[in-house]
Amino acid sequence: MSEPVSRPDPKSALAVEISGLHKWYGTFHVLAGIDLNIRHGEKVVICGPSGSGKSTLIRCVNALEDFQRGEIVVDGVVLTKNLKRIDEIRRDVGMVFQQFNLFPHLTVLENCTLAPIHVHKMPKAEAEATARRLLARVKIPEQADKYPAQLSGGQQQRVAIARALCMNPRIMMFDEPTSALDPEMIKEVLEAMVELANDGMTMLVVTHEMGFARQVADRIVFMDSGQIIEINTPEAFFTNPQHERSKLFLSQILR
Amino acid sequence: MIARSPAMTENDIVYVRTAPSRALSPPITSVGFIGWLRANLFSSWLNTALTLLTAALIVWLVPPIVRFLFIDAVWSGADREACLATGMQEAGACWAFVHERLSYFIYGSYPVAERWRVNLFFALFAFGSAWMLWLDAPRRGLGALFFFVVLPVTSYVLLTGSTLLGLSPVDTSLWGGWLVTVVVTAVGIVTSMPIGVVLALGRRSSLPVVRFLSVIFIEFVRGVPLVTVLFMASVMLPLFVPPAWSPDKLLRALIGVMLFAAAYQAEVVRAGLEAIPRGQYEAGRALGLGYWKLHGLIVLPQALRVTIPNIVNSIIALFKDTTLVFIAGIFDFLRTIEVARADPKWATPVTSTTGYAFAAVVYFICCYLMARYAASVERRLARADRR
Repeated sequence: MSEPVSRPDPKSALAVEISGLHKWYGTFHVLAGIDLNIRHGEKVVICGPSGSGKSTLIRCVNALEDFQRGEIVVDGVVLTKNLKRIDEIRRDVGMVFQQFNLFPHLTVLENCTLAPIHVHKMPKAEAEATARRLLARVKIPEQADKYPAQLSGGQQQRVAIARALCMNPRIMMFDEPTSALDPEMIKEVLEAMVELANDGMTMLVVTHEMGFARQVADRIVFMDSGQIIEINTPEAFFTNPQHERSKLFLSQILR
Repeated sequence: MIARSPAMTENDIVYVRTAPSRALSPPITSVGFIGWLRANLFSSWLNTALTLLTAALIVWLVPPIVRFLFIDAVWSGADREACLATGMQEAGACWAFVHERLSYFIYGSYPVAERWRVNLFFALFAFGSAWMLWLDAPRRGLGALFFFVVLPVTSYVLLTGSTLLGLSPVDTSLWGGWLVTVVVTAVGIVTSMPIGVVLALGRRSSLPVVRFLSVIFIEFVRGVPLVTVLFMASVMLPLFVPPAWSPDKLLRALIGVMLFAAAYQAEVVRAGLEAIPRGQYEAGRALGLGYWKLHGLIVLPQALRVTIPNIVNSIIALFKDTTLVFIAGIFDFLRTIEVARADPKWATPVTSTTGYAFAAVVYFICCYLMARYAASVERRLARADRR
């Protein structure tokens, strides 16, 4: 893999600290007391049945969702309703969505350089150089001047990864990055994610790709009904799940 | 030649084609002129009936119109005598009247000696508009600066006058005709758009006070006819405000038109904003973009693009609505024609018809050009979207 991305020293020993997190949608208790710490460089895969609150959990980390009780600290910054704090955290945390969410009116290159230029005030030439380097890293340097609609789903998702990396984040979050893809395109996206993991990126991944989890994850977090049921290493989780619900989930997903 | 299987002998092959047969030409009834007629005009009994009806209408309407506008028309003359029916012949359009009063239709009562200033304004305005509307024009940033900053200031000084520059002041009550129509339309379009965008964003704001005020403004203005707004501005306002404070009559009408158009633009823009998927907002936020950058760089460019047909629609409506400023005692293009047709010097049975026909042709040409321009922009964007 190419050169490691240089990042300033972390401000805190932990990348993400979530403690006593509760969230309600009206009367529905979607997150019911989540405690989770993620170290720098750690890769954590969150899995669980749909509706278990795993997407909501990671969306709380960069304040795309609010929460009613508990505390989230991202790289030493406490997440509050203060917009400055929120923006500070969002600059540190890259996010990749299930539906890619590329900006259709901008070229691939412009998608990648928009935030560095307008948020980091990076000179345009430098932003473009960074973007081209990162597009090469996800193996689509030749697509830089096309528009998102001209690309396949797998290529679009790799652009989304490059776009997030252009902000030089400390933490990358993936919200079911392969769920909207045709099977033959899942592999190319997972390969990009594996390479990113091998580079030492801190990663928080919601996915059903158990092969990826087994290969990359340091820990697997299994959630159900808004609670963390089990946290385990991949080997232990797949070979010897501790909880009945984990066993049931694995039996359904691994067939 | 076909491949021969071993079982076949020379005698089995009775006939072998060595070249492809010529393609039959399609039946005469499905191609060419007859085919086109059958496909487009007579494809069903309903279509046939409509075709015949339309043909009858054209035969019934077009010849008299052409006759009135061109064949029987009077092209030159000094006064009403020229346009009166002579003997058995009916009089056609009295273009002599339009020709003689044309400068009034263009400048209103603007002093004749100062009309070069209006001409200069028209030239600058045409130059600035062309620069903005031609999407591949060089230095469009400079063009925008010219159109939105230099042009308004220059035009204001030029048209109202400035003793400092030796331009004698011209009261706006003397302005009229096409000049007023252009000024009201241009000011209406240019000012209503940003206000409309702000109102649309305000209506979707998460801040209750901002949202409430936006909704109140939009719903109030939309609930009142433009005539009422202009009437309020021109007649009611002076009753409540001391004369010294009362702003210029044209300015009051301009503000009325601006606020009215802004409320409509706001709803048009809001429709575009609603069309942007939530994921676009989330992706922008996740990248650390603040509210204004998120909207300015990601949401509005997409929202305005999908609403171009609606924006142009309301611009065309605004252009035609400017004729209502006569309520405020302002002589716009249509009003000058209405005044001129009542002039005894040109009192003939065809003067009014001619005047209105002239107005209709001018308004139609302008609206049609706007619509065609918008269509070409849409095609250009569609080409970019096909990608």
